[in-house]
Amino acid sequence: MSNATLEVKPDQQEPKQNLTPEPGAPENWRRVFTLSSYLKVIGIQYIVTAFIFFLFGGLLAMVMRGELITPEADLVDRTVYNGLFTMHGTIMLFMWTFPMLNGLANYLVPLQIGARDTAFPRINAIAFWLVPVFGVILVASFFIPGGPSQSGWWAYPPVSLQNPTGNLINGQALWLVAVALSGVSSILGAVNLVTTIFRMRAPGMTWFKMPAFCWTVLSAQMIQLIGLPALTAGAVMLLLDLTVGTSFFDPSRGGDPVLYQHFFWFYSHPAVYVIILPIFGVFSEVFPVYARKPLFGYKVVVVSSLLITLFSLVVWVHHMFASGTPGWMRMLFMFSTMAISIPTGIKVFAWVATVWGGKLRLTSGMLFALGGLTTFLFAGITGIMLASTPFDIHVNNTYFVVGHFHYVINGAVVMGFYAAIYHWFPKMTGRMYYEGLGKLHFALTFIGINMIFLPMHPLGLMGMPRRVASYDPEFAFYNVIASLGGFLLGVSTLPFILNMLSSWVRGEEAGDNPWRAIGLEWLVSSPPPHENFEEIPVIVSPPYGYGSDEPLVSNEPAGHPVGNPEGSTAEGALA
Amino acid sequence: MSSEQEQIKKQQIENNAEPERTRDLGRVLNWRRIVGLSALASANFAISFWMGQQAYGWLPPQASSEAVLVDKLFSFMTAVGTFIFIGVTGTLLYSMIYQRAAKYDPTDGPPIEGNTKLEIVWTAVPIMLIIWIGTVSFQTYDQMSLLESFAPAVMQTVGTVPLDQKEAVPGDLEQGKQEPPIEVHSRQWSWEFRYPEQNVSSTELHIPVNQRARFKLTSDDVLHGFYVPAFRVKQDIIPGREIDFSFTPIREGRYRLRDSQYSGTYFASNQTNVVVESEEDYQRWLASAAATTPYAAENMAVKAEEGSINLGWATVQPAPAPMVNYTSSEEDSYE
Repeated sequence: MSNATLEVKPDQQEPKQNLTPEPGAPENWRRVFTLSSYLKVIGIQYIVTAFIFFLFGGLLAMVMRGELITPEADLVDRTVYNGLFTMHGTIMLFMWTFPMLNGLANYLVPLQIGARDTAFPRINAIAFWLVPVFGVILVASFFIPGGPSQSGWWAYPPVSLQNPTGNLINGQALWLVAVALSGVSSILGAVNLVTTIFRMRAPGMTWFKMPAFCWTVLSAQMIQLIGLPALTAGAVMLLLDLTVGTSFFDPSRGGDPVLYQHFFWFYSHPAVYVIILPIFGVFSEVFPVYARKPLFGYKVVVVSSLLITLFSLVVWVHHMFASGTPGWMRMLFMFSTMAISIPTGIKVFAWVATVWGGKLRLTSGMLFALGGLTTFLFAGITGIMLASTPFDIHVNNTYFVVGHFHYVINGAVVMGFYAAIYHWFPKMTGRMYYEGLGKLHFALTFIGINMIFLPMHPLGLMGMPRRVASYDPEFAFYNVIASLGGFLLGVSTLPFILNMLSSWVRGEEAGDNPWRAIGLEWLVSSPPPHENFEEIPVIVSPPYGYGSDEPLVSNEPAGHPVGNPEGSTAEGALA
Repeated sequence: MSSEQEQIKKQQIENNAEPERTRDLGRVLNWRRIVGLSALASANFAISFWMGQQAYGWLPPQASSEAVLVDKLFSFMTAVGTFIFIGVTGTLLYSMIYQRAAKYDPTDGPPIEGNTKLEIVWTAVPIMLIIWIGTVSFQTYDQMSLLESFAPAVMQTVGTVPLDQKEAVPGDLEQGKQEPPIEVHSRQWSWEFRYPEQNVSSTELHIPVNQRARFKLTSDDVLHGFYVPAFRVKQDIIPGREIDFSFTPIREGRYRLRDSQYSGTYFASNQTNVVVESEEDYQRWLASAAATTPYAAENMAVKAEEGSINLGWATVQPAPAPMVNYTSSEEDSYE
């Protein structure tokens, strides 16, 4: 990246801060493909790899929507359809959301806590390079005899143990190996991030001076450490059942299939919080910047992340309200599930209060954050409905659940990812993206998401089960709308890809702090120098000091904007 | 839940929504503001109440006493949810429209870092709200008593059944004339309903109206799910277990029974019909079925159509078709 000076816009009163310091290391695109233990390269490797898998998983979903546009199973065969939804769910969770989050966390956490690197760079590199390894294993299962796993991403036995091919190497076995490796990768990543946050904060950065994003990453990665061993163990036990004939879960040999469901959901429900918590962090970072106000109730917001971590570990049976569970268990987990809406609600209200009365700038990042908050609110409300056992018994395993879940994952999480990318893109690349394309991307995404996932709610209420390749004609109307929305959602990624690629190559120089944001990452050059900070900053103020003149750090490098200095702003913040 | 209680609760939510829109207590006391906010909250309340009523229309016919209970609960949750959704998104939209920074205005908003009272309110109100929703849900679940062993053993909610309820109430078992439960055999991919006393098997479920219908759910191979949307009841069937399950149909008609737990390749076609009929028709049907010699029905895998893109991916061998005395004659007509 060159350090060309910015053009001075005629509207601006003073010339801008335009001389970015020389980055510490040459930023070379080839580094993205190396076995690097350099965290920011790993961060970008994660993000780019994950996004490619996101496009692939989305393509699978569009074939499924093509199948579901008519009631009959006429586009793809049922075996193909079943393989598609299995791989769609698996890829989206294990190859898109988790790596994407690790990428963001790897890039941002050290910058935000004032560290030069993460605690264990080599463990970090191993954690990343396991991602393409199990990705290849997973994708390879498309090409082996018998095809990929067709048992859904839950892989409930006995269906997952049926192995119709009779081969030792079958789609289900590869799937289980990939999931177990993914578990190992995520545990390694979690060890690294948790240690980094505990041990490597800059002087002065007490817990309550730490940015909300780091708090949510910490909360989420602690879930990984506690919950993932259960899923990984479950996957290994299922693999043993499938390959060497043990009988943990196979009822025909005396095993208990419901036990697997406990193993699976003990982790896989908290996994949703692993995914959503850092997005809460993104919201908490983005709203103050573009509303020019401090995060409302910062301490309560960050502590509620830890409460969510605690509660998330005791709600898993709500996925099994219609399974082989006794009544008392259903009631107990109904109440615990509803309790998790309290810390979550606190956060939602706090964001609304942060935005309220501010001076809003509706940049692409802010639009995606607001859109993500809205869809999350909707998903939260249907979530409380689903927590209510009697109602859940009606809609359990129907499209109502599919709609709810995708409002969380595609609505809140993917929109939150986009918000994060737009917000930190200038920091990561040193370039500005094109705002117009970003807004087009937002409009298409927001309409697409609502068009595909809202009709799923009435479908579920009417009683359409999930995972069906064909359905009764009464469901046709809403399915056509959903399919059209799905295709629109596919199209919506095009302006994003175009925007990112062209901006990365030839976007305007962004400057160090185009949003006039407060935070350690905005004190360094864009892209940040090799080891982030020449001199480790000493933090003297809590984050989000918008509207006050207190400096964030005591030893800030000369010439960097802190607080709210007028005139030292780049174009993007004021447009 | 009486409407009075509901009203009070709604007002509590309104009280929550009000302070959320303000940041300065001095300005709250402005009477015009209070009138304006009350008008907005009442409008929101009216819309939410209307949505709650609409909610009944999104659901299939109420063919069981459980459906009546579940729909009421859903309507209530829809109303509460709508109120919260409109309150929050309305506030956000107002901000997005009226609180944008002027172009090239570099100043910050007011440095408000929090408000303890407000935070206590918006923690306490959701706590009360979920205790309320949770209690209503608990009572509803208890009244449904789908898995019979639950109701007598664990805390019974006495007096929650309205005195004027005329329909057969679940759990309200008429002792004495109890028939043995209908055996449900689920397979990859067929349904078989066996009436042990009459020695009758059928691929279509027949049950008499206004009587507690009781079942013993079993699976020969993998997980299946017993799901009739019109009854709002669902239960996974676990191979190796016998699950007692019951509900009370209250409306005559034909309804769809669907497999609700993914069971492999032909999962989507593993559906059949339920006929709820009068006691006389039911007995007549049982008698005529008993007089028929058992014959092999079809496995749904045979009937399912093929998609055009077939990559030769593997599928398990379908289970043998069940031997039954009766198969449905008009399988595609149902409500």
